[in-house]
Formats: sequence, structure tokens, C-alpha cells
Amino acid sequence: MTASRLTIHELHDLLIKKEISAIELTKEHLERIQALDGEIKSYITVTDDLALQQAKSVDEKLAAGENIGLLAGIPMALKDNLCTEGIETTCASNMLRGFKPQYSATVVNKLQAEDFVMLGKVNMDEFAMGSTTENSAFFATKNPWNADCVPGGSSGGSAASVAADLAVYALGSDTGGSIRQPASFCGIVGMKPTYGAVSRFGLIAFASSLDQIGPLAKDVTDAALIMNVITGYDKKDSTSADYAYPDYTTALTGDVKGLRIGLPKEYLGEGIDPDVEAQVRAAAAKLEELGAHVEECSLPYTRHAMPAYYLIAPAEASSNLGRYDGVRYGLRVQSKDVVGMFCQTRKQGFGPEVKRRIMLGTYALSSGYYDAYYLKALKVRNLIKQDYDRAFAQYDCLIAPTAPTTALHKGQNQDPLALYKGDICTIPSNLAGIPAMSLPYGLDRNGMPVGVQLLGKAFAEPTLLQVAYALEQNTSLTRLKPNQGKGL
Amino acid sequence: MISKDVVEKVAKLSRLDLDEAEITLYADQLSQILDTMAGLQQIDTEGVAPLAHVLPIENVLREDEVGECFTQEKVLANAPEQSEGMFQVPKIV
Repeated sequence: MTASRLTIHELHDLLIKKEISAIELTKEHLERIQALDGEIKSYITVTDDLALQQAKSVDEKLAAGENIGLLAGIPMALKDNLCTEGIETTCASNMLRGFKPQYSATVVNKLQAEDFVMLGKVNMDEFAMGSTTENSAFFATKNPWNADCVPGGSSGGSAASVAADLAVYALGSDTGGSIRQPASFCGIVGMKPTYGAVSRFGLIAFASSLDQIGPLAKDVTDAALIMNVITGYDKKDSTSADYAYPDYTTALTGDVKGLRIGLPKEYLGEGIDPDVEAQVRAAAAKLEELGAHVEECSLPYTRHAMPAYYLIAPAEASSNLGRYDGVRYGLRVQSKDVVGMFCQTRKQGFGPEVKRRIMLGTYALSSGYYDAYYLKALKVRNLIKQDYDRAFAQYDCLIAPTAPTTALHKGQNQDPLALYKGDICTIPSNLAGIPAMSLPYGLDRNGMPVGVQLLGKAFAEPTLLQVAYALEQNTSLTRLKPNQGKGL
Repeated sequence: MISKDVVEKVAKLSRLDLDEAEITLYADQLSQILDTMAGLQQIDTEGVAPLAHVLPIENVLREDEVGECFTQEKVLANAPEQSEGMFQVPKIV
């Protein structure tokens, strides 16, 4: 049986035709996890009993002749920074080992209402800080395409589980590229929605003005189906956007005639791997062939996004992570007085990258440095947003690389600054709050997948899906599978 | 350049107990990182408003009504230590 290779929409058809049961589908995934995840290491927690119970209830609905939703009975994985009531949620940190939230994230409740099947919680860089998933306090996840490479991060467990068919889809979170970059490294589709489109309630905060939850999926249609369920206003998130969210599948027309597409020059050239640039240009040429107008454009403040981001995100993180004090939940390390308890708990609970960012953020916010660093970064953030505003007055969508390179090799990522520079293509859109997605588009010289990024103005997810779908329908370069040796 | 003294001060503000090796490492790494951020100072931001938040929303208000809430037991469920229905911490004064 190879149902695990299929997409949500393909599996939904099999479920309603009763060619497969939700239980069979779930068991197949659990068996694959059992057989393969010892090697890939994408899951932190596997919730087999719950998954089988959820699948059983979907089969009962089907047997009773009830209609089921498109995500019903489809086995999936959740990044381990999304709270699940009563189920361990660790953020891949020793600080939260054993933490069982008292409530579930809004996105989890929305999926639950659609009769989802949760296979488990997947690995990530600790507190979503990193781009390799090597910063997990528990273990590193491998790239299913090449075990010597990282899956990207921070949603590396989400991307690896989907690419290896250990989940049909996954949710991740994206603060500076943490959905799109691992999707790119693992050859799948990943979308960061517009800031405010998906409730952050129950997402363990990293940088609140940048964090956004989104889908990692096997194709564009699946991404649209997941978006249909997870978007929406939520009064529990004070930064939730009250907006008439569309049916995203209506964007899947395959037609891009007359669309105006910009190719920003700052995202190409120096620092971008030539194979990556070649695929981006090939995708742009394909869109032109399909009737879109593509031209080069400029976003002059792009190069300042990395320094602005690495002040703003750590500043917000240093504040958000102040809550880990050993009092209400998580780790406590005993000490003779309360301040000693705070300091020892945080010393032992946080890993090196988390400490580095807390330090950087605290420094940027501390008296004497606030104006020069944090405030300056916020002004530059506005200039970056204005760059996009100008571009989207002319273009419906921009096309760019998702990451400067394909998947990095593992164990060679010790220089924090070098890794921060790898985020240059993804962080500007987080700073501006606009939607962006990564679509697999061909392979590099080593056979590793390349991601092409599409960016749009706020709430233009339908345009991104429309363009991505047109590419997917008109080339064989977007639906890629790792050459899974060893019977994987 | 970030001195070890500054690192120690920031660590104290962050409630992080760092050992000597970490202080040396972070002094070096933070210096390098902040060096690359120096370029921001060259950008003309005269008249540019700081953008803390991308959505055009300000205060979000709601009716002051009692909603669903957790039981005391549930609130305390993850407490490392508790006593008489409260979170317990080491002696403060």
C-alpha cells in the first residue's frame, strides 16, 4: 500500500469512495513512522492512540453516510510549539520538557472541528530559533533527500515528516522563514500567510509581531485546503485580522494571463547559488510563456532587512521568553533565593542559540542602546514595508528564491552570523507582514530540491496560490519526491 | 565591540547565569553580530515612523464580561511547586 504518498485531495476521494478507511490510512502512517523515523527523527511525540481514535470516528461517520470535510481522516503532524491540551508540547526545549498545556491552540481546535487525525508533534529548532533544526534540545532531524543534510528550520520536523510521507501535511510557524525555508530544503510547498490571517492563540511566542502559523503540504491544492480551515478572525488573538477570508481553492484556475510579476534584483546575484538563481529564472520564464508579464524590479532596502530583523526578533523574544521563570510551568532549578532560582532555571533550561538571542534582544532594548538599535530597526522596518508597497502598486506578485542555497550540510553550522545571512530572502516579508510561499522547482547539481518563492501584498494569498498552481500544472518540476533508498 | 562587562550586565538583566566560557563566547559573537548592524546607522530615517506592528489596528476592546475560565486545579496543573492552591516560590525577603 502506498496511500501515504498521496495528497489530501487524492486521499479524500479514496476515503469517500471507501477505497481506504481512515484507520488503514492512519495505521500505514504509524507503521512508516515506526520503520523510518528512527533514521529521519522528525517526531518528538507520536500520539498513536489518539490518532487511531480520531480515525475511527471518521470511519464511523463515513459508515453512517455522513458527509466529511476535506481534512477529515487525513493524518498530519503539528510543530511542537503549537499547544495541544493534555499532550506534551516542548518547543524542543529542556525548559518545556513534560509541559502539557491546559488548552489547545485555536488552529488545533479548528482542525479538530474538521475531524483531523493528529499523528504527533514534530521537531524544531528550540523556541523556533534557527534554520537547521540542529538547535533542538533533543535531537537533530535529517533531510529525507540526503541524510547528511539538514531539513532546514525552524519547522524542520514539519517539512521532513511531509517530504518522507510520515504525514500527509503539517503545520509550522514562520517568524523569519521557518516554514518556507524548510519547505524549500525538503522539496514541498510551504506558505506563510499574511500577518493576522491565522490566529496565534496557543502558538508559543517567539517574536509576536512576526510569528505566523501556516501549512507545509505536498502540493498547492493541499495548501489551499489547509488555508481554508486555519484562517479566520479569533477574538482570543488581539492581532487577529477581521477580514472576509476567501475560499482559497477558487484561486486554483491554472490561468496567469495578464498577471504582472516582478523579479526583484536584490534577491538575485551575489550570495545566491547559481543553480537556485537558474531555477527562479526558469520559473519566471515559464510564467511568461503562460501569458504573465515578468520584469525585473527593485526593492532597495532589502539588504537592511537582516540587521533590522536580528534586532527586532531577538528584542521581542527577550521579552516573550521572560515568562520562563520556573514559577508557573516548565523547568525549575532550585536555588537558595528566588532570583537564583530564575537564573539557574534559565541557565539550564535554554540552549545556546536561545540564550544568544535573549542576550542580543536585551542589549538592543537596554537603556542607552534602545534608540540606536531597536528604534532604528523599527524605522528601517517601515522603509522595507514601503519598498513592498511601491512594488505591489505595479505588480500582482513577486518571484524570488526562498533561500540562497539548497539544504545545508549538517554539523557545519556553528557560525550564527553566517546562518542569519541565510535568511535574507525570507525575513523581509515577515517584517512587512505580507504573505509568501515556497514552491519546489527542480533540483540543483547535487539532486537537492530548489524552492521558488512567491510574495504578494497583504491578503493576496489567492494570487500566490494562483501563480503556484499554474506552475505546478504546467511543469513536472514542482512535485518532487526524494529518492528514498534503503526501502524508505 | 562588546566587552565582557557589558555581557555580564546584559546577562544579569536577562536573568541568565552564564559561566566564564559563555561570557567570552557571547562577547565575541555579539560584537560580530552588532558590527554587521552598524550599517543601519547610515540609513536616513528622518521623518520615518517606527513600525512596531504591520496591521492597521490599535486598541482591541471587548465587553468586560465573565467568560470561561480554568479551575484553580487546572491553572496549577503545571506548577513546579504549589502550596495551598498557590504557586510556591523560594523565600523572597
